[in-house]
Amino acid sequence: MLEVRGLTVESGSFRLQPANATIPAGRYCVVMGQTGSGKTTLLEGICGLRKVTAGEVLLDGVDITRASLAARGIGYVPQDLALFPTHSVRQHLAFALRLRRIPAGEIKARVAALAESLEISQLLDRSVEKLSGGEARRVALGRAVSFRPRLLLLDEPLSTVDEATRDRLCDVLRRIQQDHGVTTIHVTHSREEARRLADMLYVVEQGTVVARPLAVLQSDHPPTQKGDS
Amino acid sequence: MSRTPAAAGGLSPAGNEASSGPARRPFRPGSDWFFHGTFIGLSGTYTLLIVALLAADIVSTSPQHLVDALTKPEIRFAIWLTLVTCTIAAVLSVVIAVPLAYLLSRHDFPGRRAVDAILDIPVVLPPLVLGLSLLILFHLPVAGGTLESFLQRWVGIRVVYTPVAVVLAQFTVACAFAVHSLQVTFDRINPRTELVARTLGCRRGQAFRLVVLPQAWRGVVAAFTIAWARSLGEFGPILVFAGATRMRTEVLSTSVFLELSVGQLEAAVAVSLLMIAAAVIVLAIVRQLGGKVA
Repeated sequence: MLEVRGLTVESGSFRLQPANATIPAGRYCVVMGQTGSGKTTLLEGICGLRKVTAGEVLLDGVDITRASLAARGIGYVPQDLALFPTHSVRQHLAFALRLRRIPAGEIKARVAALAESLEISQLLDRSVEKLSGGEARRVALGRAVSFRPRLLLLDEPLSTVDEATRDRLCDVLRRIQQDHGVTTIHVTHSREEARRLADMLYVVEQGTVVARPLAVLQSDHPPTQKGDS
Repeated sequence: MSRTPAAAGGLSPAGNEASSGPARRPFRPGSDWFFHGTFIGLSGTYTLLIVALLAADIVSTSPQHLVDALTKPEIRFAIWLTLVTCTIAAVLSVVIAVPLAYLLSRHDFPGRRAVDAILDIPVVLPPLVLGLSLLILFHLPVAGGTLESFLQRWVGIRVVYTPVAVVLAQFTVACAFAVHSLQVTFDRINPRTELVARTLGCRRGQAFRLVVLPQAWRGVVAAFTIAWARSLGEFGPILVFAGATRMRTEVLSTSVFLELSVGQLEAAVAVSLLMIAAAVIVLAIVRQLGGKVA
């Protein structure tokens, strides 16, 4: 379970107001909001990429607010994916496992299983520079869940793919999330993505974070913090 | 000074810009003959000047002069010392430039702009002044001695007017060029790749070794090559700080000076051609790497 208590994060002149959120273990939480509202800042504060000025982040009851990036056990897919240009797909999926000194045979088996569930087995020896947008997103997702993190953070992971690819990737995301049972936070602008994936919803507006019922996603208007629009 | 290929002496690993620059179109003067005529005329003048310089050197010598130069013990010693000192200076430059350029590229810290400006000094300082400054530094009286005397007493090495001074003079200039070159390389590597590597379990050093260096290695090789080429062409600081003693501190650039000073024009030209050949090889390597640097 993820608990965010009064989390305050500053990013340049932007300040995320004290944020509170509780996401039960294994749930898929979607965070929506306008551009510049603070969604990515919230995600980066939880992940440890931005300095937290107040508040705390508890993961399965353990305070990780000041923990190092490596010790948090959080899988992270940034908006630009940040794949390693010199690594193959296989090297991406095995990267975190090698760091943990897992035996070579087990790494091989886990990479093969993960590639199969991501439907990228045929791409394992390809350079990531030769992948399509949808394939690259599958690799970034596979890299993030490869070490079985306790929390998965996805920053607009489907923002630049076409509709058909997005539909297929939504299925992949749901399957991977359920297979791994990992608590997930997915930042997006897309109501369609939220409808298909969300177990719960938070909306960020001008630096404040508020829980909203999933029913607001049925409206044709973007979800806001006030009213059920 | 901005971090541009020009700041790196024009030999930045950025042939980089070739990949990100505007697409070039086939040349068709059309009706703009005055515009194109002026530009081609001015461009051609400078290109021709360089070609003429090289051609003049080539026609002023003969294969026999080259053979004569290569068989002279002094020149052979100068070639050997040049290869050794340039290589040591280039290795030292890269060892210092990699962390320095990385810090400047990735971090804001108090005094960053001052450090950046200080690193430009060896690039813009007149070479003779740099040599003189090195000489003064090593002979400056401090605590009852000088840096030279302390090194001699505690480490057992003499610096001034020895091959060590040659390396130090070359390194002082070459390192600044290597830093500028590598800063361009690191600027082009997405810093988020390191952050993601750290979320996957890397310590900072591991993220640098496993994710950043593989992306930067062509830039590192290019920086080494640039530092080597700068060291090869260094003359002023070596003359002042290391001297031009035959069979002791004579490198190829000082050979040209020594041959000229004793009226051996043919030998000076022959040595110059050797240096030109080395420079062309280095240029080819940098251009080859330039198109592929991250």
